[in-house]
Amino acid sequence: MQAQLSATNLACRRGDRLLFRKLSFALNAGEALHLTGANGTGKTTLIRALAGLTTPFAGEVARTAEIGLLDERPALDPDLPLGKALAFWQRVDGCSDPSGALAVLGLEPLLEVPVRYLSTGQRKRAGLAALLNRGVPVWLLDEPLSGLDVAAIGQVTALIQTHVSGGGIALIASHQALAIEGLRSLALEDFAPKVEPA
Amino acid sequence: MIAALLRRDLSKFFPFAGGGAALPVVFFVAVAMLYPFAVGPDANTLSRTGGGVVWIAALLAAILPLEKLVSQDIELGTFDQLRLRGVTEEVMMAVRLLAHWLSFGPPLMLATFPAAALLALDGPTLHLLLLGLLAGTPGLAAIGLMIAALTASLRAGAALSGLMLMPLALPILIFGAGALARQDSASIGFVAAISLLLVAIAPFAAGAAIRAAREV
Repeated sequence: MQAQLSATNLACRRGDRLLFRKLSFALNAGEALHLTGANGTGKTTLIRALAGLTTPFAGEVARTAEIGLLDERPALDPDLPLGKALAFWQRVDGCSDPSGALAVLGLEPLLEVPVRYLSTGQRKRAGLAALLNRGVPVWLLDEPLSGLDVAAIGQVTALIQTHVSGGGIALIASHQALAIEGLRSLALEDFAPKVEPA
Repeated sequence: MIAALLRRDLSKFFPFAGGGAALPVVFFVAVAMLYPFAVGPDANTLSRTGGGVVWIAALLAAILPLEKLVSQDIELGTFDQLRLRGVTEEVMMAVRLLAHWLSFGPPLMLATFPAAALLALDGPTLHLLLLGLLAGTPGLAAIGLMIAALTASLRAGAALSGLMLMPLALPILIFGAGALARQDSASIGFVAAISLLLVAIAPFAAGAAIRAAREV
């Protein structure tokens, strides 16, 4: 089955505040979407609703494939060395050969280092390695480039490009420009509710 | 999948696996050790009241692991990532309940032997005490898990969970310690029944609490 991810008339709120409404889009296999918007416009909220972690206030989300999520929390035990922390997810995902992802992201020298000593960028790369090892068709990436150095930004962009070219779907929330072919863009500000005059 | 989950949970919570997980057992023995200093070394008094002290120590020891039991994995995003892999919150919590009980129930029962020696408890009392703890600790673990999941997203969660556990654990304490006073194992059946009910409810209640914590 072809991977698909779509939202119809989606509205989400955080607390009592409506963040966006009437948001619709559809992504087919091989397509990528760049989600933009100032802080607090609801990028993370949208991604969590798309992932099925929260129920949207209104509207519907349709997924036909497994979802992979990379956010600011890579879900790696801080007390364990990186290799062991990643090994847990490999066991859960049934991934037999994680070496490819580790090599691409330059994580091999860090495998013995406890996760709590890793920098923001290193943690982000570790989270991406776990995502790569899952081999799922839909990637939801929440600020995948924050904290990364120039070389790593290039690597991660190339990884997303490879994923999309191979028939995957990527939805990327980022403040940075992304050099990905055929990247569409969606500004969340366009869907913000109109402020009613007091 | 389940095996991988259980293995991770056990390595996090089992005593001497690191991360201060041995603390409840040490605390339990410490209470039993301090009690004779407080009431005096009279063997009669000790053996009459010692069983109850062991129960109270077990209750207090059950509170100690609650702080890290659920909130840490919510902060780390572990539950979110597992959800995306198709694991339901109920399964996560059932595995966590098993790991939590394994890492505090049996070690506590082992620690009951030195505690019984310190409190001059006789053979039949020790027997009833172990039986009661075997029946009661799963219930204590279940109450603890539900409370930990409910208070995970609160700032004062750790202090609150201790306060919440005590009244809910009262039935287990009454019947468990009551068996000692009457030297009668029948009320341990009540303890087991209460535990069974709590263990059956806990994964669902805790799972719902984790889902609710996402919708802030």
